[in-house]
Amino acid sequence: MTTPVLELKNLTVDIPTRFGTLRPVDDVSWSIDAGEILGVVGESGAGKSMTGNAVIGLLDSPAHISGGQVLLEGERIDRLKLSDMRRIRGKRIGMVFQDPLTSLNPLLTIGEQLSETILRHLDVSNAEADARAIRGLDEVGIPSAKNRMGAYPHEFSGGMRQRVVIALALCAEPTLLIADEPTTALDVSVQAQITALLKRLCRERGMAAMLVTHDMGVIAETADRVAVMYAGRLAEIGPVSQIVGQPRHPYTDGLMASTPAASAGQARLRQIPGAMPRLGKLPDGCAFHPRCPFVQDKCRHDPGPKVGIADDRAACWFPLDAQEDVA
Amino acid sequence: MSDLPDAARQGPKPTGRLEEAEVVAPSRWKTIWDADISYSFRQSPVAMGAAFVTLVMVLAAVFAPLVATTNPFDPSSLNLMNGFSAPGVPNAFTGETFFLGTDDQGRDVWSTILYGLRISLFVGAMAVAFAMILGITLGLLAGYLGGWTETIIMRVADVQLTFPSILVALLIFGVARGVIPIEYRDQMAIWVLIIAIGLSDWVQFARVVRGATLVEKNKEYVQAARLIGRKPGAIMLRHILPNVLSPVLVIATISLALAIIAEATLSFLGVGAPPTQPSLGTLIRIGQDFLFSGEWWILFFPACTLLALALSVNLLGDWLRDALNPRLR
Amino acid sequence: MLAYIIRRIFQSIIVLLAVGLVAFSMFRFVGDPIEQLLGQERTVQDVERLREALGLNDPFPVQYATFLGRAATGDFGISYRQSRPVAEIIAERAPATLELAFVSGFLALTVGIGLGVFTAIRRDGWAANAIMSLSLVGVSLPTFLIGILLIYVFGVQLRWLPTFGRGDVVDLGWWTTGFLTTSGLKSLILPSITLGLFQMTLIMRLVRSEMLEVLRQDYIRFARARGLSAKSVNFRHALKNTMVPVITVTGLQLGAIIAFAIITETVFQWPGVGLLFINAVQFVDIPVMAAYLMLISVMFVMINLLVDILYVWVDPRLRIDGRHT
Repeated sequence: MTTPVLELKNLTVDIPTRFGTLRPVDDVSWSIDAGEILGVVGESGAGKSMTGNAVIGLLDSPAHISGGQVLLEGERIDRLKLSDMRRIRGKRIGMVFQDPLTSLNPLLTIGEQLSETILRHLDVSNAEADARAIRGLDEVGIPSAKNRMGAYPHEFSGGMRQRVVIALALCAEPTLLIADEPTTALDVSVQAQITALLKRLCRERGMAAMLVTHDMGVIAETADRVAVMYAGRLAEIGPVSQIVGQPRHPYTDGLMASTPAASAGQARLRQIPGAMPRLGKLPDGCAFHPRCPFVQDKCRHDPGPKVGIADDRAACWFPLDAQEDVA
Repeated sequence: MSDLPDAARQGPKPTGRLEEAEVVAPSRWKTIWDADISYSFRQSPVAMGAAFVTLVMVLAAVFAPLVATTNPFDPSSLNLMNGFSAPGVPNAFTGETFFLGTDDQGRDVWSTILYGLRISLFVGAMAVAFAMILGITLGLLAGYLGGWTETIIMRVADVQLTFPSILVALLIFGVARGVIPIEYRDQMAIWVLIIAIGLSDWVQFARVVRGATLVEKNKEYVQAARLIGRKPGAIMLRHILPNVLSPVLVIATISLALAIIAEATLSFLGVGAPPTQPSLGTLIRIGQDFLFSGEWWILFFPACTLLALALSVNLLGDWLRDALNPRLR
Repeated sequence: MLAYIIRRIFQSIIVLLAVGLVAFSMFRFVGDPIEQLLGQERTVQDVERLREALGLNDPFPVQYATFLGRAATGDFGISYRQSRPVAEIIAERAPATLELAFVSGFLALTVGIGLGVFTAIRRDGWAANAIMSLSLVGVSLPTFLIGILLIYVFGVQLRWLPTFGRGDVVDLGWWTTGFLTTSGLKSLILPSITLGLFQMTLIMRLVRSEMLEVLRQDYIRFARARGLSAKSVNFRHALKNTMVPVITVTGLQLGAIIAFAIITETVFQWPGVGLLFINAVQFVDIPVMAAYLMLISVMFVMINLLVDILYVWVDPRLRIDGRHT
C-alpha cells in the first residue's frame, strides 16, 4: 500500500476559554491519496475550516492541536518547529482561502507576490522565477499572463483574482492543496470555472486535495470521496457516489435532501429541523440526536461509533441501510 | 437565541461535555457580575488600581475643605513666617510642622494640592461635559438631518481636527481675554478655561455619534418609528442615542484625562487658572521657580498628584476601550 | 490622480480662506485697534482719520479682501506690544522653532515607527509590554512636566546640558542656526526630546494598533500559508500596508509639533515663535495671534497636501491610470 499524501489520526483541536474548553475538531481521522480530491462538507461551525488550518499549522491562538497526529507523506508535521513548518507551507502544502478579494496584498503586484513565493521555496534565479510565475498564471487561465505580471490585485475581477490565488498556492508545486471554500465568495457563473480548474490541476499534477465547502453541488462535481462533519466530529466518510446516492448517516441524508442539486426530482426540499448546537452546549451521546428523525434511547447516552480510516462507515448506531432492513 | 431544539430539552438533561454554568434565571446583581465588562475589570489589577486612585482623588477634591488642614485662599489663616517649611520639618520661626511643607507664602502644600485638585477636576469634568453635550448634539443633527447641516458641521469638525486642541484652546482663551474687560478677567478665567477646552474637544464626540447615527437611521425600527409619526427629536433620543453610549463613554474618559492635562498645561503657560484660584498646573508653574533653589517639594507634590490623576484616568480609559472592543486587544 | 490632487488643492484653499476669516474677525472685532494704536489722548478727528487710513470704514468683504491680500504678501500689521511689523518679528523667531521641530519630528518618526513595529510583532513579549506601559505614562505625562523633569535631572543635578535658550547660533543672514556650534547642538537635546516624546508615543501606539490590524488580514494569512519568512511577512507585507493609514495621522502629528512647540519653548525659554505667541495671548496682542494662526494654517495645509500625494504614491489603488479593468 502506498503512503497517503495526507493522513489525519485522531486529530483533536481545543480552544480554551474562560467558560471551559471548546473542541471544534474532535477525534477526526482520514487520509487522502495522491491525485485524490477529498470533499469536506458540513454546516458552518462544523470544524471543516478548523481542520484545514490545523493541517497547515495556522490555528489562531488560543486554538491548538491537543491530540492526534497529522502525517504528510508519512512524516509527522503537527509537532514541527515554526521555522520548519514555514518550509512546508507553500512548498508541500498549498492553501487557497475563501475570499480572493482579501487574499492578495493590495500594495504588491501579482508578479512580485508570485516570484517572492517561488524564490522562497525553489533554488532558482530571478529570471527563472519570473518565467515560472508567468507559466503559473498561464496554467490557471490568466490571458496574456506576461503583461499582467505588473498589475495590482485591484485590477483583476473576482474570478480572475481567485485564479491568481490558485496560481500562488501552487507555484512551488505542492503535493497537497487545501482549498477552504474556494468558490463561496464568487459569482455563480464563475464558480463552475474555478471548480473545473481545481479539478484539472489536481489531475494533471497528481496532487492530493482537501476541498472544504458547504456546497454539495461542488462536491458532487469535483470530489472523489466525501467527509461529512457535524459539530467537530466526522459523521460519515465514503466515495462520492455513495454519500450522494446512499447516505447512511441521518445527518448526511438530511443534508442531501436539503440540497437542490443532489435531490433532483424530489418534489420539495426537506429541511433538517433545528440548528447545529453551539460548541459549548453539545448534548450527551450522539451530537446529532436532538435533530435526528430516527433517534433512539441509545443515541442519547452513547456517542456514535468511531469512523475509521476505511471507507463507507458512518458514525451512527442505526445507519440508514440497517434501519431499512429493520423496517 | 435558542440553544437547543425542543427534543433535547425533553430528553435527559443536556449538561454538555464541557463545564457550563447552569441556566437559571440570574439575579440582577449576578447579571452585572457576570457581564464581560465586570469580568474584565476583575481580571485587570491595573484597571482596579486606576479606579481606586481616581475615586480617592475625586473624594479628596469633593471633601477638600474637610480634609485640608488650612484654607489656602483665606489670607487670615496664612503666616508668611511659615514660608518654605520643608516637609515634616518644624519651621525655624514658628515651630509648626507641615508634612508636605509650605510654599513661599507659607501656604500648606497639602491643602493647596487638595484645593488645586478640586479646580483641576472641576474644569476637566465641566469641559468634557460641555464637549460631550455639544458633540453629541451636533453629531446627531449632522447624522440625522444630513444635507447642508451635515456638510457644514463636519467641515468645521475636519478643519478643527487639523489643529491641535491646545492651540485651539489657546486661541479661544486669547480671544476671550480680548473680549472680557480687564477687571473681570480673573473671575471669569475658570469659565473661559472650561469653554476653551470644551470647544477644542467636541469633534471626537460629534464624529462618533454621527457615524452611529448614519448606521442606525436606516435600520427598520427607526424607519418604523418615523412612519408612525414619532418626532425626529424623540427618535434621536430614544432610539439612536442609546446605541452610541459605549463609544461615547470611552471617548469621555480619555477626553477627561486630556482635559485635565490641557487645563494644567494652559495654567502652566500662565493663561489658565489665576494665582488666586490655583489649579495643579498653576501650582507647578509656581513651584518651578523654586526648583533651582532647592525647595523641591513645592513642585514635586503637585506634579506627582497631577501625574497620578492623569495616568489613572488614562489607564481607565484605555482599559474601557479594550474591554468594550475585545477585537482591539 | 491629477484631478484628485487639484481637488485637494481647492479644498486646501477653502480651509485657508476660512481660517483667514477667523483671523480677520479676531483682528477686526477683538479689542479696538484704534484704542490700541492711539492711546488715551485722541480727538474725534484723529480717530476718524485713522479709521479711514486703516480702512475700517469700508464694507466687511472689502476689509476682508484687503486683509487677505496683505497677509498673502506677508504684511500682518504692527504688533501692539512691540510696535514693530509682525512679519519682521516672526521671521526673526522662525528658525529657532523650525530647527527644534525638525529634530523632534525626526526623533518621533524614527523611534516611534521602530518601536511600534517592534511592539506589534512581539505582541506578548515582556519588552513590548514594558514599552507599552511606559508609553501610557508618556501619554499621561504633560509635556511641561517632562521638560521640568529633564531640566532637573540633566541640568540641575547632573549639570550636563544647558536648560534654557539656543546656545550660540550662527547668523547666515536670512537664517540663524544652532546646528553649527557645540553649544547650539547641546541646547537642542533636552527641548527636542521634550517636544518629540509625546508625538513619538502617539506614533508608536498608532503604528502598533494598525500593524496588529493588518496582521489579522487575509492576505497576511495567505502570505503565511505560502510559507514566506517572518521577515518578509512582517516587513514586506505588513509594514507597507500599515503605513497607508499611518501616513495621514503622522503627517498631522508632525504639523502638531510646531504648535506644541509653544509649551516646550516656554519651559526652556526657547526664543521661537511659540514663546512669541504665548506672550501675545497673555497681552492680547491680536496681530501677532492672527499672524501665527495664519502661518500655522498654511503649514498644516501644506503638510496635508504632501500627505495626500504621498498616499497616492504608496497605495496603487488610488492611482487611476486607465489600466483598471
